[in-house]
Amino acid sequence: MSPRWWLADSWTMTRRELARWARHPWGAVISLAFPVMMLVMFAFFIGGGMQVAGGGDYKEFLVPGMLVLTMAFGLEGTMTAIAQDLGKGVIDRFRSMPMAPSAVLVGRGVADMLESIVSLAIMIGAGLAIGWRWHGSPASAFAAIGLLLLLRFAMLWCGIWLGLIVGRPDLVMAVQILVWPVAFSSSAFASPETMPGWLGTVADWNPMTATATAVRDLFGNPGVAGTSWAAEHAHLLAVLWPLVLLAIAFPMAAARFRGLSR
Amino acid sequence: MLAIVAEGLRKTYGTKKALDGLNMTVPSGTVHAVLGPNGAGKTTFVRTLATLLRVEEGRARVAGIDVAERPAEVRRRIGLLGQSAAVDEDLSGRQNLELFGRLYHLGARRAAARAAELLERFGLSDTGRKPVQAYSGGMRRRLDLAASLIIEPQILFLDEPTTGLDPRGRTEVWNAVRSLVGGGTTVLLTTQYLEEADQLADRISVIDHGRVIADGTADELKGKVGGDRIDVVVHEAGLLPAAAAVLAAVPGAGAVELDEDRRSISAPVADRMDALNHLVRALHEAGIEAEDLAVRRPTLDEVFMQLTGEHR
Repeated sequence: MSPRWWLADSWTMTRRELARWARHPWGAVISLAFPVMMLVMFAFFIGGGMQVAGGGDYKEFLVPGMLVLTMAFGLEGTMTAIAQDLGKGVIDRFRSMPMAPSAVLVGRGVADMLESIVSLAIMIGAGLAIGWRWHGSPASAFAAIGLLLLLRFAMLWCGIWLGLIVGRPDLVMAVQILVWPVAFSSSAFASPETMPGWLGTVADWNPMTATATAVRDLFGNPGVAGTSWAAEHAHLLAVLWPLVLLAIAFPMAAARFRGLSR
Repeated sequence: MLAIVAEGLRKTYGTKKALDGLNMTVPSGTVHAVLGPNGAGKTTFVRTLATLLRVEEGRARVAGIDVAERPAEVRRRIGLLGQSAAVDEDLSGRQNLELFGRLYHLGARRAAARAAELLERFGLSDTGRKPVQAYSGGMRRRLDLAASLIIEPQILFLDEPTTGLDPRGRTEVWNAVRSLVGGGTTVLLTTQYLEEADQLADRISVIDHGRVIADGTADELKGKVGGDRIDVVVHEAGLLPAAAAVLAAVPGAGAVELDEDRRSISAPVADRMDALNHLVRALHEAGIEAEDLAVRRPTLDEVFMQLTGEHR
């Protein structure tokens, strides 16, 4: 397969997703609005009673956490779409065609990353609207966005891998439910120091916590004063964790995809 | 010229033998049906030929090309209709066909032209922007079939093309398949219905436990399994022996089976019209009134009963 066709096929597969959004603008709007709704709920319904460890405004603490959550929840969308295509035999049809087989996954990846960039932009806009600000340099802000997208990229491959394992849309629900406890046992909404002993340790080492802490630090937001090793090396972990997840999920997903012919 | 050659194909899943030394040859330009119950290995066979499954043991050639050695070249010559409609539900029929056309590297303009041509041919031109979600089962299957014909494949695989369709959808798909024949396309279809194989195929291979247990033309096969059957239902079980004697005396009738619970008798017959004619008169003369009387094709279960002597 020549690189030219690989690119063309991948772009065609990406356009398939874009065409879907165009057909169902409301579906796209709802999935983009969901994190905004969560942000507003946590900022105004719950935020009044929240204290940030080390002092500071809860909204300033919350917005980076919500950005991380938005990236992490992207896993669900990726997984559902892959499971659907696999369950309905669409992936089989692609595999029986003289196209680059990997374009099926690449197209999905490009489309989902584009959606995440849009979602991130909307969430940053919503954050600004409720009074969140970044205080660091533009370079730091870009670094923060880079870390967020790196996490999303790792979640993309985890989602592809899980979708290929699950293979049936009706089983997706089970995984969707499990995403919540994983998301909440992080520093997205509250500092791990406020959690009971072992749970705090779990939250401390949660990959989402590393990204959240690093992003808060880069944006100059409060809530980065943790004293654990993980909290003190959040920048390192925010790069390392997604790379570790990628190092596992990417080869597993690729093997699973090739293994469809077993 | 042989379109499909399978020699000693074997494939195991754990301890289950999905294919167990399967041999088959299909001449170009013919329609070949693979008839068998669920789990007989039909889908595994088709997926192997369509390059979706690796060949474990044995050889398979499609359009003269070895599927294990040069799968990419096989893919340029085949179309596949899987068991479920493999189209994008959110997109319209036209969008689906254009997408597949571009993935076959037709280029945007030719993909659009081919999509329009196929929509027209399968009676879907007036579906406009309607998403596939809103299609009927038969329409969806026709779109699926259109998608498998984008490159005018030399060989078309249809895996249980009408399973799950209502009678109307089934007729739609049958007509669509018939319209392909004569264009020189070789069709390999799998089915659980003898009637479907009879309607569409030049030759039929009956498979069970991953191997061919009988093959031939529909007529040859019907000769082996006793052809059409006549069922008679009577008012009360007490009349069954008398009715059975009448049916057994019909010229060309085979062994009569009794089913007391359903108050029915059944027998294979050589000439359906002739047998029915005789039977109606003989029942009338014997003073037996039939509650129901039907001529039908044998069911798959009866075919297996005849071929293997055992019920599935």
